[in-house]
Amino acid sequence: MKELEYPFDSDYILKKKKKLRRELLDTDRTFLMKKIAVLGGSTTSDIVKILDLFLLNYGIKAEFYESEYNQYYEDAMFDPPELLDFAPDLIFIHTTNRNIRFYPEMSDDENTVSEKLANVYHEFEDMWEHLSDQYHCPIIQNNMELPSYRLLGNQDCVNLHGRTNFILKLNDLFHQYAQEHESFYIHDILSLSAGYGLDAWSDPFYWHMYKYALCVPAIPTFAYNLSHIIKAIYGMNKKAFVLDLDNTLWGGIVGDDGMENLELGQETSIGQAYCEFQSYLKAHKDMGVLLNISSKNEEENAFSGLSHPDGILKKEDFIVIKANWEPKSINTATIAKELNILENSLVFVDDNPAEREIIKKQLPSVAVPEITSVDQYIRQIDKHGYFEVLKLSKDDLNRSNMYKANVERNATIQSFDNYEDYLKSLEMKAVIGPFEPVYLSRIAQLTNKSNQFNLTTRRYTQEEISQVLEDPTKLSFYGKLEDKFGDNGVVTVAIGRVDATICHMELWLMSCRVLKRDMELALLDEIVDTCIRHGIKEIRGYYYKTAKNAMVKDFYGNSLGFEKISDDGENSVWSFVIPKHYEKRNCVIDVN
Amino acid sequence: MTREEVFEKLNEVFQDVFDDEEIIVNDETTADDIEDWDSLEHINLIVAVENCFGIKFNMGEVTTMKNVGAMVDLILSRIS
Repeated sequence: MKELEYPFDSDYILKKKKKLRRELLDTDRTFLMKKIAVLGGSTTSDIVKILDLFLLNYGIKAEFYESEYNQYYEDAMFDPPELLDFAPDLIFIHTTNRNIRFYPEMSDDENTVSEKLANVYHEFEDMWEHLSDQYHCPIIQNNMELPSYRLLGNQDCVNLHGRTNFILKLNDLFHQYAQEHESFYIHDILSLSAGYGLDAWSDPFYWHMYKYALCVPAIPTFAYNLSHIIKAIYGMNKKAFVLDLDNTLWGGIVGDDGMENLELGQETSIGQAYCEFQSYLKAHKDMGVLLNISSKNEEENAFSGLSHPDGILKKEDFIVIKANWEPKSINTATIAKELNILENSLVFVDDNPAEREIIKKQLPSVAVPEITSVDQYIRQIDKHGYFEVLKLSKDDLNRSNMYKANVERNATIQSFDNYEDYLKSLEMKAVIGPFEPVYLSRIAQLTNKSNQFNLTTRRYTQEEISQVLEDPTKLSFYGKLEDKFGDNGVVTVAIGRVDATICHMELWLMSCRVLKRDMELALLDEIVDTCIRHGIKEIRGYYYKTAKNAMVKDFYGNSLGFEKISDDGENSVWSFVIPKHYEKRNCVIDVN
Repeated sequence: MTREEVFEKLNEVFQDVFDDEEIIVNDETTADDIEDWDSLEHINLIVAVENCFGIKFNMGEVTTMKNVGAMVDLILSRIS
């Protein structure tokens, strides 16, 4: 909904929140249902109402638990039955510097100040530890905004009696805890309040009148930023850019002006701005976002532009380059297909409003930021939180190379007559086994991000994944796949629940980057092998239909040869009785 | 702006905030007359009124406003 996308009109959202909510719910889209507990140290009423709107806009329908006014600590520490019954999927702790109970006094010596800091911090740490033990769910915690006045003037940030100094130290401790703990995320209001304007943000009127710790007009900004973390936790981040070239990555038209006359480089202010934008995109590539091009150009001219000596982005930085005269909607859809990702994972960046309009009309699930002038491009894209980082895994850092290798692999297919020969030529090696502690975060990430090749679409938090590992009635499997073009990392996950001599497959998913590589057969071989060792006679597969997993509707039947035992048109159940002499299905991947 | 014009604009704000197109406010209207008008919605009403007329109320004004008539008087004194 346009009203809820950056740059939004906060006053409008606040005023029309009821109408907006009605409109968001008036749709046939299926929502992801989540229970969110908001533990507040100040009024949270409108924060929850506006957060609800942004989450609905992402496709998340939340049920909320709100603690009574300023009862965050009691709720977190003493397990009220209402919260236990509620069983949250996610907990948000809304505290601000209004909740700091001790500040340094002028007469305090260094030790006393350190003790106060430790006391304030440990109350928080105790809550986080207790909540995490009790609810096993992700926790989001505000850091602290700066004080609204500075008693010691400019020394307030330097002198150990200064509140600014105290808050900055406290924030350091919060951030350190977040670095060291999985499923614990900081909602950075330190930066958000600065961006909004601290004086307006902490207008004391709203505190004294209504006990809001931030000004009411800032609530949409706050809730929007918070919604980025939540949608990222539920695997709704974008994955790739589709970029235009002329007047988007450089100033001028390469086909008309020639590479040497483009505005790019340190000579002019406009050229510098394009360089800065290219650096911004390059940094995205380094954190795992896939860069692609869709440009109306002769390919030769596009490459010539990308070879500009002052350009930061080079041809090698891109995965798919479509430089032709096809409509951009077709090129963009093709890019999604070649990368094997969904169209709703793409962000389309083009300076031409007409091109943006075509994408919005033809491919409504693609994100299309409004950009105006090159000096503003970075902020106009950045504020959307498309790629909100929760944690940078090794996989993220290497993702661009993996996708590139994939596109190269597809190019080599054509040189083989026989698909099996091609698969053998890839020299694939797999490791398949029960969950390993080092991969738990990647496994949880896959359960939240995989939509297409996912039979049951069950989502798991990292804590739930570790519980599977300890549960004697569960069989867990992960698979890594490597080939001569590179290491794909962990790409497939399955969980079986053992009931007497039947193993029920509660989860079976695979990353689409390894489709048609026989990895699913290699996994079946391992599952069968494990089942035989456990005296299990039959494997049952379940398919639960979603809007995105039609690809695997007949997976158990067509790919694995299971027999269908029930089908209600949407969901189906499949059975495989393990024969006495099971013959391995995979003959192209070298396993373990 | 006349008192009637202020009332007209204000009425729209009430309709938006309480999401009810049938609300019609007059001098005597108070929070008791509108179902959703509780202390938490009051803040939204104040913010929306401030935005609509480009003014800012202070704490004393917000706490002593007895009814819509008083609010209109305050708005008139601020914009004239």
